[in-house]
Amino acid sequence: MASEGLEKPEVGGVEQVAVTTRSNDWIIPTLRVLAFFALLSATLVMALNKQKKTLVVATIGTTPIQVTLTAKFQHTPAFVFFVIVNASGSLHNLLMLIVNFMGDKFDYKGLRPLAIAVLDMMNVAFVSGGASAAAFMGQLGRDGNSHARWNKICDKFDSFCDRGSGAMLASFIGLGLMIIINIISINKLRNHKLVNSSIVP
Amino acid sequence: MSLAKRIPIFVLRLLALGAAVTATVIMVTSKDTALVLNMKFEAKYTNSPTFKYFALINAIASGYTLIMLFFPSKSSCGHLILVFDLIMTLLLDSSISACLAIAQVGKKGNNHAGWLPICGQVPKFCDHVTGALVGGFVAAVIYFLIFLYSLHNFLNLFTLKS
Repeated sequence: MASEGLEKPEVGGVEQVAVTTRSNDWIIPTLRVLAFFALLSATLVMALNKQKKTLVVATIGTTPIQVTLTAKFQHTPAFVFFVIVNASGSLHNLLMLIVNFMGDKFDYKGLRPLAIAVLDMMNVAFVSGGASAAAFMGQLGRDGNSHARWNKICDKFDSFCDRGSGAMLASFIGLGLMIIINIISINKLRNHKLVNSSIVP
Repeated sequence: MSLAKRIPIFVLRLLALGAAVTATVIMVTSKDTALVLNMKFEAKYTNSPTFKYFALINAIASGYTLIMLFFPSKSSCGHLILVFDLIMTLLLDSSISACLAIAQVGKKGNNHAGWLPICGQVPKFCDHVTGALVGGFVAAVIYFLIFLYSLHNFLNLFTLKS
């Protein structure tokens, strides 16, 4: 394991050796890029989810009366919440990537790792709420509910349901990646604390 | 660990236990029957997989909180407690979110899908589910505070500076 940057503070009686490994610095940005693309694709697929279906209701003489039914994601508040939350999650990942590469001056009293961890936790909570709400709503649309007399809609609007389930899958993958990123950044907080606790200000 | 440090986390866990147990019990005992057009409709929480998931997650959270009430906070397995608290917070958050989505459909219906609201026919069931959702929401918020507290015990957030 390549290690650069050995710090030995001379002031103070306690010598603490802190090893910072630069080769591990590519893990979080890679995961963030993957999570960003997963959440972005979930947002776009669900936001452009629309299907029209024309049904013949009755026939008068020789002219059939047609009714056009549309299935859009805006009809269901759960899907609207899903789109909003995934958009916010992908924006958060994009901002964190930018701060990672270009933001060495965005540090206010060393609170940057703490702020990153807290924002990661908030977005994990949001994305998990949105993904699970959309998953259960999709299950309701696919199976219906015979006790409440709610008919299933996936047999008529099959491509709407397929795209919706693809978006949910991408969102769950992004959520798993974000949970891993969150755990790694909390771990980084712990290592950060070890480095600084022995430096006498 | 001194008593003064153990009291806040104990109070938080007690509140969370109360909220989770309330949510589970109210959801499990929600039941209503309605007579529509000479047919008997019975609304139970088992009719919807979402409500079953909600009752299960809240039952697991109450059991876990009950066990954790008797654990010292700063024992050697501090990071294991932190991981379990994070898992519980995320599970509670996802269950309350899914239940709110389904309950909103039950209350307002969905015109575009042809789903009629059911709260008009089974009002007692709707009230019970609303009460359980309030308890579940309070449990989710308090569990987030418990997670922050475990994180503080693990990392000592007040002394983080560079």
